[in-house]
Amino acid sequence: MAMWQPEIESMPREELRKLQSERLIKQVNRMYDKVECFRKRMDDQGLQPSDIHSVDDLKKLPFSYKQDLRDYYPYGLFAEPLENIVRVHASSGTTGKKIVVGYTKNDIDNWADSLARMFTAIGVGPKDFIQVSFGYGLFTGGLGAHYGAERVGATVIPISAGNTHNQIQTMIDFGATVLCCTPSYAMYLSETIEEMGVKDQLKLRVGIFGAEPWTEDMRIAIEKGLNIKAYDIYGLSEIMGPGVSYECECQAGMHICEDMFIAEIIDPETGEVLPDGSFGELVFTTLNKEGFPLIRYRTRDMCSLIYEPCKCGRTHIRMHKPHGRSDDMLIIRGVNVFPSQIEEVLLKVGGDVTPNYQIIVDRVNNNDTFDINVEMNEALFADDVKSVDKTEKMITSKLREVLGIGAKVHLVNPKSIERSEGKAKRVIDKRKL
Amino acid sequence: MLIKQISVFIENKPGRLAAIIDALGKNDIDISALSLADTSEYGILRLIVNKPEKAAGVLKDIGVVVKITNVLAVAMDDTPGGLAKVLSVFVLNNINVDYMYAFVATVSKKALMVVKVSDTDSAVKALDNAGISTVEAKEIYRL
Repeated sequence: MAMWQPEIESMPREELRKLQSERLIKQVNRMYDKVECFRKRMDDQGLQPSDIHSVDDLKKLPFSYKQDLRDYYPYGLFAEPLENIVRVHASSGTTGKKIVVGYTKNDIDNWADSLARMFTAIGVGPKDFIQVSFGYGLFTGGLGAHYGAERVGATVIPISAGNTHNQIQTMIDFGATVLCCTPSYAMYLSETIEEMGVKDQLKLRVGIFGAEPWTEDMRIAIEKGLNIKAYDIYGLSEIMGPGVSYECECQAGMHICEDMFIAEIIDPETGEVLPDGSFGELVFTTLNKEGFPLIRYRTRDMCSLIYEPCKCGRTHIRMHKPHGRSDDMLIIRGVNVFPSQIEEVLLKVGGDVTPNYQIIVDRVNNNDTFDINVEMNEALFADDVKSVDKTEKMITSKLREVLGIGAKVHLVNPKSIERSEGKAKRVIDKRKL
Repeated sequence: MLIKQISVFIENKPGRLAAIIDALGKNDIDISALSLADTSEYGILRLIVNKPEKAAGVLKDIGVVVKITNVLAVAMDDTPGGLAKVLSVFVLNNINVDYMYAFVATVSKKALMVVKVSDTDSAVKALDNAGISTVEAKEIYRL
């Protein structure tokens, strides 16, 4: 099977390990010099960069957390002078404050290579027309896929997300053979195509889907609905973006670009590294990122790693699709949502008292629905409909501002939200993922 | 002059209104006027009762969100044009009516209306100047 960088992708494990060790030592030294947060944590543990001799010493190094990105917002964790940063990406954080990451020219280059590896691994090349229906902008999906598609010499259709009928017409007119988007949007596209009765006009062969959880059942439905092979891709902007890991033609787990990232599985409670093959929290270390490197970053995604060699000939280990989180983050319509964000908005509106609330997430017609029930209290109530409606609208718009997606707010009777052992159940996720 | 109105939040669910009215009845609270403002998701029940403070307590005890608001009880001739006369006073004095609803009972053969306005003090003064009376609370609670 074809590879984009065969010398790296099929590098013998021993050699790969040597490369990882070299890069880790270099990265730790760089970061100790340039990133205050990292240096402080090393010092606190009485660690010196010279204590790190190989990847075996990785477990000695301190973890890094999403909170670090907020504490050092915007540029405090960057490891290169800002004039060397050629791009930033960002996503919303819990307080409405964004988190931001930066890339040097080399970082963008390596990122494009990781996606070029993915495209090549599933047989996509210069003859293909790749419709990138991931959102373009501060989100990493659109531009990430875009650069990878150009790297393999394919023709990019940079259409971004939304405007479904136009998407489909474009797909037909331009002869798109590859589709990149979120799996729920792929489901929606497939249904609309069915309704329009234009399935036989499509030239799609393969699709690459990621940025939100999806199931094997969804894969089967998408493959059938669009008459394509559907592949999974994983990534997070803190580490790079999509392409941290990806499926090859075997569709049997996602190969991690191990020359760029080291993956560990830890017990989220104790922080202990778990034995090979265990299920636990995924932790990443970036080996050759320049602009925004991270050591032992806690992704909060729960999964396990596959060490058996893959039939495709790649020596890089694979990861299973993440299953759940070690925190309470929800992914709704591809956007990360923390209950604490909702709590904060309600606290402000409710005059320093957080009303009881409940988040209800469901998937109807392959789209996530997002409802928030808020128990009425004296601070929110008024004797006229105008004022109560105004409160409801204010909550809705503040939530949209902070979360970046819309939720339907319902004001409900006090004490009507189900409580178990006196504590309200905050989240009901009816999606079967 | 000012009377106390009780307003109650009611989620649109079967049995909610009945439970509230039932609790008031069992606690010997007499309702003399009410209105129900409704939206697709919830309603606001407004009540004039004989014992407003007690009624609020009773409702809070059954877990309902209650608010007490000062409103006017305006007496007017129970003849065509009676209400129009009252409203024209508000218009002339630039006073907005937030909402209003009628009593079933009358006082001294006058029709009675509960009115919530943007500026209560100016409204009372304006009505007084126009020779329209507002009814004392103790008279209302007796109804």
